[in-house]
Amino acid sequence: MNGFLAILQRDLRLALRQGADSVMVVAFFIVTTTLFPFGVGPEANILARIASGVIWVSALLAAMLSLERVFQTDYEDGTLELLTLSPVSLELLVLGKVLAHWLTTGLPLIIAAPLMAVMLNMDQDGFITLITAMLLGTPALSLIGAIGAALILGARRGGVLVSLLVLPLYIPVLIFGAGAVEAALLGISATAQLQIMAAILLLALTATPFATAHAVRQAME
Amino acid sequence: MADFSGSDLTCLRGERLVFGGLSFTAKSGDAVMLRGRNGAGKSSLLRLMAGLLSPRSGNLCWNGENIADDRNAHQTRTQYLGHQDAIKPVLSVRDNLRLWGQLRGVRDLDAAIDHALDALDIHHLSRVNGRYLSSGQKRRTALARVLIGPSDLWLLDEPTVGLDRESCAELTQLIAAFRARGGIVIYSTHTDLDIESPSILDLDEFAIPMIEWLAEHSELEDEQADTQASLTSKEAAQ
Repeated sequence: MNGFLAILQRDLRLALRQGADSVMVVAFFIVTTTLFPFGVGPEANILARIASGVIWVSALLAAMLSLERVFQTDYEDGTLELLTLSPVSLELLVLGKVLAHWLTTGLPLIIAAPLMAVMLNMDQDGFITLITAMLLGTPALSLIGAIGAALILGARRGGVLVSLLVLPLYIPVLIFGAGAVEAALLGISATAQLQIMAAILLLALTATPFATAHAVRQAME
Repeated sequence: MADFSGSDLTCLRGERLVFGGLSFTAKSGDAVMLRGRNGAGKSSLLRLMAGLLSPRSGNLCWNGENIADDRNAHQTRTQYLGHQDAIKPVLSVRDNLRLWGQLRGVRDLDAAIDHALDALDIHHLSRVNGRYLSSGQKRRTALARVLIGPSDLWLLDEPTVGLDRESCAELTQLIAAFRARGGIVIYSTHTDLDIESPSILDLDEFAIPMIEWLAEHSELEDEQADTQASLTSKEAAQ
C-alpha cells in the first residue's frame, strides 16, 4: 500500500510542478464544447437537446488527449523500467498512476462540466445526474485508457494510435453516461444507467490494472 | 553465503540471437565484469539477470532457486542501474531518491538518503532540481539510488558513463565495501574501473551464429522426437 501512495504522491507532485497538462485538458474540453453552438447555431432548444451528448463526447476526447503521457515520460527516462523492477507489484503501481491521472484530468473535467451545461442551456434537473455520471464514468475512462497508453509505448506517433485503440472501448461509457443525463432531463429515474456505469467502473477497476501491467512488461522486452 | 548462477542462457532479441550457451556463477563477495564488443549482449545479460527480459532457454538461479519462481524476492535483493538515470527534471535530488526508498519500504528513509548522498559526495545537491544537474551529477544520483535500502546483488550497466576520475574512485570504494558485506556485483564497463580481482565474463565467446543455433536446436528436437518415437514403439510392442 505504501508503494501505491508513494507513486500517487510523486505523480501528483509532478503534475503540480508541470501543471500544463491538466490546464490543457480542461481548456481543450471547454474549447471543443464551445465549438458546438457555432456549428449547430444558437437555437436554445437544440443546444439543450444535444447538451449531454456534447459534454460527454468532449470529455472523452479531452481525456484521450492526456493519455499518451501517462507512461510515455516514465518510459523515456527509464523510470518505468525501475518501477517494473521494484518489489511493489506493478499492478498496484499502475493503479496509483491511473488514480493520479484521474485526479489531475478527470476531476477538473467534472468541475468544468456544469459550467458547460449552463452554456448549452441544459435544464437544471440534469446537473446532479451529470456530475454523478461523470464521477462514475471518468475514472473508468482513465482505467481503460491506461491500457492503450501502455500498449503504445515505443511506437512512433503514439498519440494517434492510442485514440484508435481506446475510443471504441469508451463507447459504453458514452452511451450510458449520456443516457443517464437524458433520462434525468425527461424526468425518469436514471438509476439503471448509473448502476451500469458503476458496474463498468468496477469491472475496469479489477481487470484493467492487470492488462496495463502486462502491456508495460511487454514494452520492457 | 549467497550464490547467483546462470546456466546455458540463450538470449534472443527480435530476430537476432545475441548469445547462446552462456553459464556463470558468482558467490558472495564476487565481482563479475562483463566484457565484449558493442552489441555482444552485455546490457541484455544484465537485463536478463534483473528479470526485465526472460531467457529464450536456460535458467538463472539464486541459491539454487530459479529467480522466475519468486520474482518479488529477486527484486527485493537486486539493485539495477541501467543506461538511463530515471531522474525527473522538476523534482529535487532528494525527492527523486525518495520514491525508490518508499517503494523498497526503507525505514528511516531520510537518514538512508543522507547516507547515500554523502557516499557519492552530492549532499550539497540534495535540494537542486533534476534539470540543473550535469550528466555526471545525474549519474551519481542514479548511483545513490542503488545504495538506498538493503540489497545483495548490484547489476551495473556502464556505471562510469559521465563520471569523472574522482567519482570513479568513489564508485570503486563503494563496490569494495558492498563486496566486503557479502554483496555480488556484476557490471559492464568500457573504461578501466579499478576493481579488485573481478572474474571476467567475455560475451564474445558466446556469440553463435543463428544458423548454428537453429541447427543445434532442431537436432535436439529431432532427438526428442526420436526418443519419443522409440518409446511409443516399445509401448506398442509391449
